[in-house]
Amino acid sequence: MPGTTSGAVTVRRGQPRRQPPSPGGGHGVWLRTITRGKQWMFLLPAIVYLLALFVYPIAYNLLLSVRQSSVIGLLQNTASFVGITNYRVAVTNPALPGVIAHTAIFMAGSLVVQFGVGFLLAVFFSQRFPLSGLLRSLILIPWLLPGVVTGLILRLMFDPNSGMINQVLSDVGLIHSPIEWLTDTHLALPVVVLANIWIGIPFNMLLLHGGLQDIPKELYEAARVDGAGRLRTFRSITVPVMRPVIAVVLVLGFIYTLKAFDIVIILTGGGPINATQLLSTWTYTLSFTNLDFGQGAAVGTIMMLISLVCALAYVRSYRGELRR
Amino acid sequence: MSTRHSSRRAAAISGLNLAAGLVIVAIMLVPLYWAVVTSLKTLQQSYAIPSTLVPPTPTLSAYSEVLHTQGGALLTSLIIAVGSTLLSLLIAVPAAHALANFRFRVTGLITLVLLVTQTIPGIVLGISFFKIFAEIHLLNSYPGLIIADSTYCVPFDILVIRAFMISLPHELLEAAYVDGATLLGSLVRIVLPLSRPAILAAALFSFLFSWGDFLFALTLNTSGNVIPMSLSIYQYLGEYTSQWPELMAAAIFAAIPSAILLVLVQRGIRGGIATAGLKG
Repeated sequence: MPGTTSGAVTVRRGQPRRQPPSPGGGHGVWLRTITRGKQWMFLLPAIVYLLALFVYPIAYNLLLSVRQSSVIGLLQNTASFVGITNYRVAVTNPALPGVIAHTAIFMAGSLVVQFGVGFLLAVFFSQRFPLSGLLRSLILIPWLLPGVVTGLILRLMFDPNSGMINQVLSDVGLIHSPIEWLTDTHLALPVVVLANIWIGIPFNMLLLHGGLQDIPKELYEAARVDGAGRLRTFRSITVPVMRPVIAVVLVLGFIYTLKAFDIVIILTGGGPINATQLLSTWTYTLSFTNLDFGQGAAVGTIMMLISLVCALAYVRSYRGELRR
Repeated sequence: MSTRHSSRRAAAISGLNLAAGLVIVAIMLVPLYWAVVTSLKTLQQSYAIPSTLVPPTPTLSAYSEVLHTQGGALLTSLIIAVGSTLLSLLIAVPAAHALANFRFRVTGLITLVLLVTQTIPGIVLGISFFKIFAEIHLLNSYPGLIIADSTYCVPFDILVIRAFMISLPHELLEAAYVDGATLLGSLVRIVLPLSRPAILAAALFSFLFSWGDFLFALTLNTSGNVIPMSLSIYQYLGEYTSQWPELMAAAIFAAIPSAILLVLVQRGIRGGIATAGLKG
């Protein structure tokens, strides 16, 4: 290792073993400053990285959102400052109410069901029975798969002709012509929600199961001695003790659901006729299909603000979790 | 007599639980089953009515076809995922070490920033990266995608590895300093070997994220020079909407890293991921 000798050797020679153990400790201001500098070198790449790949792009996004959004202006980098025009145009866009409604339905539906089912499964798999560990791991598969793969597999499930759902329904005689799950404006959104739930359940189950494992067994023993029934134990012990974990799970679920992109693009591309257009896919469509980067950046900024509010809640619950 | 009765009761309950568990897993994994079955069918069999829940004449032709047409994309994904994983660790490991074992006044602030980065929607970064990368000629390139894919990995890796490093006994490091170890030397010889489980967990998740990334692959591509698996599948889907056997074979190839990770999770690295990811 180049350049590692001098400081180290001095530390060893100049310092009896009982001295404060940090390198350079007790060696005057100079050595301490050098050590401090060396310590910073470990952190510096990460700080530069965060500045270059998070702070700068976010600032860039804000800049894009207040500049003229015409393609030519952007290509020539001569786009002029237009203030909040892009935001005004985005807010008055006739597509916006639909996008917000879809996003709300998508998020609420996903969060409620994936949390509910995830919690039930977490409780179920907290019992000891043969193969429970293996079965629990198998349930994680949908969450571990790349988004494109999940999207593709579910798109096949709901395919009018090759999909299992239509084939089985027609086998048992329930339908006589294929249901167009993903191209029907009324059915597409529920299917997309269902797809997202499929990914969300394992994630919720995993974290909640972890939380359940951390509950001291003595609490349950005490409850049983006191004659509390199953429901009472659940309400009076499990839920209160789990509250910090529940908060983290819900906040993370909110953030991930708001971000959801891959499966929607693969399943429907936001269609049919914008029936499954969410804030995330709309941001993409505005920027890369309509080539209106100013608009895209404006909607992206709005999304980021929603995320940020949630991030603060995340940090608060995270702190709570740490304090536990 | 009563103990035998209760143990028989316990056996019955655990048998019922096992049955219920099997049903739950079956319901959750039906789509996967259908994906595998379809990948083993011929095109005609894939949409035949009445349907066949088992491939009538199992064939691997879809797989060989996909290897032929998508092999390059698989390789591209592998290069990008390995590159992104290495880049992320290269930045994250020293930073995690610094945040865990040195005292900075900014430690709390940086941890906060790291947490907040995880909430930023990918599409916002995607748009900015597209414009920025266009100026510095990183669109349609391996380095561009490697850098973009590493963005979410670096903060995640730092948080996971730091959480683990904090739990290591600090006395080891202090003893090493007393014995004259340098900052870098102590990281390499003491902290790194002890932190292997957390680094491995972080590496696996970084790999999985970068391997599966679709958003950056989609937004940072204009010419089609660098097409990873996810984007290739998407384009294939656009061109041949109902070639399901081949699409499913491609999906299964793309799922291989997830399967490997699942086996490792089953072997117990889960502890590191679930709790570290949660508690930082």
